[in-house]
Amino acid sequence: MPRRAALPLALFVTACGTPPPVPTIGHAVTEREIAGWDIDVSPGNGGLPAGRGSVAEGRRVYAEACAGCHGGAGDDGPAPKLRGGRGSLASAKPLMTIGSYWPYAETLFDYVRRAMPFDRPGSLSDDQVYAVTAYLLRINDILPEDGELDAARLAQIRMPNRAGFVPDPRDSTHL
Amino acid sequence: MTSRRRLLGAGLTALGGLTVARAAEFPPESERAPGLPVLSPAYGQPSPRLSGLTRRSWSAPPLEQASSLTPLGGLHGTVTPNGLFYERHHSGVPDLDPDRHRLVIHGAVRQPLAFSLDDLLRFPSVSRLHFLECTGNSGSELVKPTRDTVQGTHGLLSGAEWTGVPLSALLDEAGLLPSGRWLLAEGADAGRMTRSVPIDKALDDALIVYGQNGEPLRPEQGFPMRLFLPGWGGNLSVKWLRRLKVAAEPFYTREETSKYTDLMPDGSARLFTWAMDAKSVITRPSGGQVLNGGPGSYQISGLAWSGRGRIAAVEISTDGGRSWRRAPLQEPVLSKCLTRFSLKWEWSGGPAILQSRAIDDTGYRQPTRDQLIAARGTHGAYHNNAIQSWRVDPSGQVGNIHA
Repeated sequence: MPRRAALPLALFVTACGTPPPVPTIGHAVTEREIAGWDIDVSPGNGGLPAGRGSVAEGRRVYAEACAGCHGGAGDDGPAPKLRGGRGSLASAKPLMTIGSYWPYAETLFDYVRRAMPFDRPGSLSDDQVYAVTAYLLRINDILPEDGELDAARLAQIRMPNRAGFVPDPRDSTHL
Repeated sequence: MTSRRRLLGAGLTALGGLTVARAAEFPPESERAPGLPVLSPAYGQPSPRLSGLTRRSWSAPPLEQASSLTPLGGLHGTVTPNGLFYERHHSGVPDLDPDRHRLVIHGAVRQPLAFSLDDLLRFPSVSRLHFLECTGNSGSELVKPTRDTVQGTHGLLSGAEWTGVPLSALLDEAGLLPSGRWLLAEGADAGRMTRSVPIDKALDDALIVYGQNGEPLRPEQGFPMRLFLPGWGGNLSVKWLRRLKVAAEPFYTREETSKYTDLMPDGSARLFTWAMDAKSVITRPSGGQVLNGGPGSYQISGLAWSGRGRIAAVEISTDGGRSWRRAPLQEPVLSKCLTRFSLKWEWSGGPAILQSRAIDDTGYRQPTRDQLIAARGTHGAYHNNAIQSWRVDPSGQVGNIHA
């Protein structure tokens, strides 16, 4: 593939000294330049930032930033319920919550950081996200009252419904 | 026409029936003076006599759960006008400046790249006709008939011509590394909507789309650019696309774990149920419409689609499923695209129950509701592709029933 020669080659020289191919369309960026965009956190690909937060701190964050929609108790507001439902998934009235349904704690951190609070997403610091994650795990009996989270401790958490998911079995004969 | 407009406004369409103007009324008003000039208005609008033909919502849920539905019962062919294309947003519609918006591809690639809209226009473009259906379409109808019209029961479905660049071309530019098995697609909306996409789909038929039905994407469809994954549940085609991260593992985002998974009767849940199975629905006559021409000849017309390939056949029953007839398919019949079917029907004037069922080119047959519930129970509101029934009363009124 022909490569644009006019671009300064130095721009693309990596740490190991090998110049990667110069793109014909699009602009080369470094991971450092897009660090602010690179916010995903997941169980398989990592991404948990530095920082820490406790259940006690999370209770205060929750009251200020979350209770308006999710209710003071986590299951008494107009927004989706955040607690309860353990053991209900096979019943006539399943209640799918963080405690009863979500398979990964990393997903909770990721979603709170990227999308919550709904009316001002991105307004919580990483410490506050750790704290409110700890609090949400506390009200689902996954962390103790004196619990605290950082990257290492969050990655150790095994959610109650971790084994509850199966890959899509449908094919052209399956319902 | 006034009465027809009132009917449309109420979600009703009169089928058949004719009022012929008396000779004394010739020439009619419209032929006695020139009409409106050009640019009336500059961006054309439907006839004001069709003011009821709009998207609508069935409830006022929180913004996070908001959707609006396409008025399928009042439309023709297989392409949905952009102003009537269904909406589903998880954090509202952002206002993005196309000159400042960038799509970044990074992670397991040789060279992370940022693409502007102008950059995308430098690639060879492709235009493809595909349906888009929300995974939750018809979810309200699984347990009992809930909504009066096909807009309510099936309106989280639309079809369009999508123009853009194959995602494989952008991944070629960035240089996909062998460790890259999954992509995270992320939007630039307030919720930074994210879904994981397996690399096989990304390299197969995934598009980065900037055009829809000949014009730039509308804001509510992802302007200036979106991901488009033919045949897969709508929310996977992430709108306002700003980032694609290539990685070894899926990301298990909130939308693909706590939502858009299928809870089974035993308490387990299906994960990554991407494809939309073969489905069909009769749009005329359908709920809320009226056969007011009396007994006689009508066309039963509707839409069939499959997220796994082409529609092979559509069968129609007018007796609640006791007997079935093959309905001719309107050309073109395209893969992962709405296909229009139409069959002549002699209405005796008695009660009738109209149904359609689709078969795709994998051999999959659209199930009955009982078959679907036997396999999956009633906990999941997603992926309801059961056969829809419309009841025709002797008065000509058409309504939604479970037959």
